[in-house]
Amino acid sequence: MQMDLRTVSIEPLRHTYSHIARRFGDKPASRYQEGTYDLQATVNFHYRPTWDPDHEIFDPARTRIKMADWYAFKDPRQFYYGAYTLARAKQQDAAEATLGFVETHGLVDTLDAALRERAARLLLPLRHVAWGSNLNNASVCAYGYGTAFTQAFIYQSMDQLAIAQNLTRVGLLLGGDEALDQAKDDWMNADAWQGLRRYVEDTFVLKDPYELFIAQDVALDGLLYPMVYEAIVGGVFASQGGTAIGLATQFMSEWFGETKRWADATVKTAASESADNTAQIEHWVTHWRDRAAAALRPVAQIAVAEGADELIAEQVEQFNARMAKAGITV
Amino acid sequence: MDMKATSGKKLGLKEKYRHMTRGLDWEPSYQKKEDIYPYMAYEGIKIHDWDKWEDPFRLTMDSYWKYQAEKERKLYAIIDAYAQNNGHLNVTDARYLNAIKLFLTGISPLEYMAHRGFAHAGRAFPGAGPRVACLMQSLDEIRHAQTQIHALSNYNKHYNGFHDFSHMLQRVWYLSVPRSFFDDAVTAGPFEFMVAIGFSFEYVLTNLLFVPFVSGAAYNGDMGTMTFGFSAQSDEARHMTLGLEIIKFILEQDPDNVPIVQRWIDKWTWRGYRVLTLVGMMMDYMLPKRIMSWKEAWEVYFEQNGGALFKDLARYGIRPPKWLDQIAFDKDHISHQAWATFYQYGAASDFHTWSPTDDELDWLSKKYPDSFDKYYRPRLEHWREQAKQGKRFYNTTLPQLCQVCQIPMIFTEPGDPTKTCYREVDYLGEKFHFCSDGCKEIFENEPEKFKQAWLPVNQIYQGNCFPDGTDPTVEDFEPLAKVLEYYHVNFGRDNLDFEGSEDQKNFAAWRGMATTNE
Repeated sequence: MQMDLRTVSIEPLRHTYSHIARRFGDKPASRYQEGTYDLQATVNFHYRPTWDPDHEIFDPARTRIKMADWYAFKDPRQFYYGAYTLARAKQQDAAEATLGFVETHGLVDTLDAALRERAARLLLPLRHVAWGSNLNNASVCAYGYGTAFTQAFIYQSMDQLAIAQNLTRVGLLLGGDEALDQAKDDWMNADAWQGLRRYVEDTFVLKDPYELFIAQDVALDGLLYPMVYEAIVGGVFASQGGTAIGLATQFMSEWFGETKRWADATVKTAASESADNTAQIEHWVTHWRDRAAAALRPVAQIAVAEGADELIAEQVEQFNARMAKAGITV
Repeated sequence: MDMKATSGKKLGLKEKYRHMTRGLDWEPSYQKKEDIYPYMAYEGIKIHDWDKWEDPFRLTMDSYWKYQAEKERKLYAIIDAYAQNNGHLNVTDARYLNAIKLFLTGISPLEYMAHRGFAHAGRAFPGAGPRVACLMQSLDEIRHAQTQIHALSNYNKHYNGFHDFSHMLQRVWYLSVPRSFFDDAVTAGPFEFMVAIGFSFEYVLTNLLFVPFVSGAAYNGDMGTMTFGFSAQSDEARHMTLGLEIIKFILEQDPDNVPIVQRWIDKWTWRGYRVLTLVGMMMDYMLPKRIMSWKEAWEVYFEQNGGALFKDLARYGIRPPKWLDQIAFDKDHISHQAWATFYQYGAASDFHTWSPTDDELDWLSKKYPDSFDKYYRPRLEHWREQAKQGKRFYNTTLPQLCQVCQIPMIFTEPGDPTKTCYREVDYLGEKFHFCSDGCKEIFENEPEKFKQAWLPVNQIYQGNCFPDGTDPTVEDFEPLAKVLEYYHVNFGRDNLDFEGSEDQKNFAAWRGMATTNE
């Protein structure tokens, strides 16, 4: 039987804000819509930035990508702050439970010493990569155009800070703070990491926000996450008795599975806008993919003494297939 | 590599947090630091050691998410319940809604600007501590913009004037006051931005902005606004601490920073104070159930609290902001001068104005014994009398605006409330006009910046505020109607007097439906 609870019913004058109604008609709008569309100022700016007098405060000319409407972008996760925070709190809870399990059961101590060392050597310098990504995604958020495009980048930026912090906890678990110091030293000085560090530092000086998105979130993360967390941690290490490492890094692999949907949508929307955009994105993706693949090769060798080339080739192949689905041929 | 067993020594919280932030950072060698952080030198601020920055909160992302998610869950549950049971009918009086129209159009889009501004500042600073703090604030600020838009969404469904806040902020005459304030801050360098927003606004003046609106909501039965206000409180506490931390950090780093920071404190206290004119007016005229007068709020939150703060900063060589004696004199006047302006220009605004009731006039007389009866009450009574005779006064002559704060020239000479205050400066063969010595000096320090200001009145006269395709040369051209069209202000619904408005009628009818069986 159904309950028939009543409230006083009032006919509203309108169902949503006018700027939302202009886009979608006057009907009830989602919180993502009301919290996203047309939020950023576009006209009648008062002053030019003293730090960038060639542009307006928000200026589509900061990127070579041209969009008739920057609100054509849509986050498939429909993340506004509330939805984002709730999703992350839940994921963090799950990840923490798993990490706690690893910790309380002393699973790290059951790892073979050589494997444990390899895992630390591979994973811990990645805290610095994530810290770099925190900076780069903040950049895209600050200098990109239109809330539908920029909003997700503050979430991505803070996600990367969280990943750097999660990896720090994994590091403390694997080898205490000495392991972290060692990893920093490797990041600064070891040959294996210099290609990647150069890559990251080179992205720090990119000015085009869309190119930075490609270099960081599409190309680098697009190769690094599947390679490290799926192929190496989930494949190689797991087969060598290192399941505990997979448990401890669960957050990262789940996180990548989710965020790549957003990255793909963001590529696809810009590429489907025009042939010029497609060509520009293909150029960037090719350039940064090749650089990322080269930089990751010595990193892969930390985990797999032989077969690093095959491992990278597989990753590139998967990446290319992923890009093809987003309308990018590389 | 020597691997420690997990049962080894436990790290202290501080040590652990260091690994979580500063330990992540490194000295770049493949790119030059000045290319990675290109905005660090041009303001003249000298930082010798970023590691001297003390992280006030040591909040890691996992705790941040957990804590914030809990707050979001509660907040949206209340917003939903408030909408479902027509909570808007519980506000004291439908006039109250105009106070939150002012909030949604004047402040929420600025929360968004703060979000982008802190992303920029966080990106700009090479220190790990300030970077994390700024980016976390950037994330909080988009929260504030969105929770406000979501909380006020239900009001928009039932009342006029809320419907196009982002469009209006970029066009409507008086909204250029808060907007130019924030544009000014964001276009400044990152250090000035932090002093402007992080310190002057968030720390020194926030109690004069946020508290009146949120307490106003609580006093007037507006649970929606009250809830997002209270939910933002712990974020604000973090932001205030960041604001104070940054200024102390800059001052401690080099004595050469002191005069630069002093100039910014002078500028931003004055700029912020001018924007707060709108809040003063809201407190004294727009809340049916008042919290306290603007004058009292200024005395408590600035003169007392701010006084203690500037005593504390004296050891760095910082003195209290300039022009405080004028502000102290003006506290008897500005809210009345502002309301009179909005009353007159009620045809060109996106919210309603009205004549105060006798009770309200008496309250104002009591709160402003030295000024209200003498200068302001007779004018309000005269207008009320005129309105009763069907001659509600609407001023159709556009006012001159101050080049810096963009408020019409409504303020009076320091010490003489009967004489309008005008200042002017010749710059590059042009004349620029100012409402005060403060605004004039701010212009003189940065004329190249402030000459760019998009002044709504000047823009109207230049023909830039009509819808596309408007021909102003046709016979019977009605400029005001066209300007309102450009603003997206619906004539007769969003604007004019509250008396006789659709809001007034609907609220009465709906409240009747909800509380009687008619």
